[in-house]
Amino acid sequence: MSSHSMDRAEPQTARQEWMGLLARARPAALAGLLPDPLPDHALLRAPEIGAVMVRGRAGATGAPFNLGEMTVVRCSLRLASGAVGHAVVQGRDRDHARRAAVVDALMQTGAAAAIRAAVLDPLAQAEAEARQVRAEKAAATKVEFFTMVRGEDK
Amino acid sequence: MYVAVKGGERAIDNAHAWLAEERRGDPSVADLTIPQIREQLRLAVNRVMAEGSLYDPDLAALAIKQARGDLIEAVFLIRAYRTTLPRHGVSLPVETAQMAVARRISATFKDAPGGQVLGPTFDYTHRLLDFTLAANGEAPVAPRAPAAPGMVPHITSFLNRDGMIEDAPRDDTLPPDLTREPMELPASRATRLQAIARGDEGFILSLAYSTQRGYGRTHAFVGELRIGMVAVEMEVPELGFAICIGEIEVTECETVNQFKGSRTEPPQFTRGYGLTFGQNERKSIAMSLVDRALRWKELGEDFTGAPAQDEEFVLMHADNVQATGFLEHIKLPHYVDFQSELELVRKLRAEVEASAMREAAE
Repeated sequence: MSSHSMDRAEPQTARQEWMGLLARARPAALAGLLPDPLPDHALLRAPEIGAVMVRGRAGATGAPFNLGEMTVVRCSLRLASGAVGHAVVQGRDRDHARRAAVVDALMQTGAAAAIRAAVLDPLAQAEAEARQVRAEKAAATKVEFFTMVRGEDK
Repeated sequence: MYVAVKGGERAIDNAHAWLAEERRGDPSVADLTIPQIREQLRLAVNRVMAEGSLYDPDLAALAIKQARGDLIEAVFLIRAYRTTLPRHGVSLPVETAQMAVARRISATFKDAPGGQVLGPTFDYTHRLLDFTLAANGEAPVAPRAPAAPGMVPHITSFLNRDGMIEDAPRDDTLPPDLTREPMELPASRATRLQAIARGDEGFILSLAYSTQRGYGRTHAFVGELRIGMVAVEMEVPELGFAICIGEIEVTECETVNQFKGSRTEPPQFTRGYGLTFGQNERKSIAMSLVDRALRWKELGEDFTGAPAQDEEFVLMHADNVQATGFLEHIKLPHYVDFQSELELVRKLRAEVEASAMREAAE
């Protein structure tokens, strides 16, 4: 393999993992696991909808190019305890970003274990299940070649 | 002299009101919802996201509804919305080798590691109208087979081992962004790929087809076509590290092209590259053919005068929002322009007639 795939071989930190999980979560699923009222917090950066330019690489491994943008919402906030949470989440749902930032902040407090069990584990499980279903549907469309002997060779 | 003309407001308001009524259609038929469009017209949504150059399936679905299914109008709406968004950053290049593939085929290697995965494709259907869809038929359930989600390596990485195929070495040159600065010609390959990725599918398709028919022939085979989800990661300054900010579906196509060698390059297979938002394989294959045709200079090939080799022709005409804007503007009031042209033609006619009379008199 060429070198590019090695870059992501470094393991993600726990925080990178939960921030990614929160970014990919369906807003309604996250809201269901962490319903209102949210813990008191001060907004450092109010949820703001914007775009991120998504890049690819020519030939998958060569020079980067701009493929197109995607919508995101970013948010930063501070809990009463002082813990600061950040979020950049896909889509245009401001509450999604706020909730993700709240979870990011709570994960840096004594509530981390409870939040992991109540919010992150169910999100991770749902995501893993959805991926598994897609992988199994794809596997069912894998071609199993076989060779037919033809002609008169004996 | 510039003469302002007013008086169209009432007619315009009423025209737009009628447009809204026509958009709704027969009120006894249920109104289309955005989720219905997003889920059931997904390939239209994908096209609008690719050419609108903004990945947001709900917005694309809304645009399609507002545009009454006119996809170029929908692309226009998305482009206009995009300009209102602040830029929150730039992603790391997506790692398509890490893609969770729903479809992955190769026309060149039957026994490619990872296998030939057909995915949800129109290929091998009989293209017969399915009247059960008109009769609210129940959707069948897709069969499943045991699978372990995991990375499927790129096919070119196997081919590359014996140097038979051109390499695409790692390069971290920052690409220019044609949504931020005007396009400059000659353009870098990065600029070309951006322009083609957001270019009109029909235009790119026809150009690619023209190369297959002999106008800038590049003998392309699909080395690999893959469709699936990739993570989008971005460095966040406040954090000092990269995080995943979402997941997008993309279609990637790598063509391998027979290449007899040139003044500067040995005989080997060369490559064209296509990448688009969503499941969008016609566009992605076409993009890779046009990308390859445009690389003639870098590979030391001859310019044969083929349209697909002509960078200015391709890049300046690929954008359907620009094209339709300029095309359709000629239907808007040009009364003063036309009046001056009319006077010019009258004057020319008078001169021609006068000269004819003089000749007749001589």
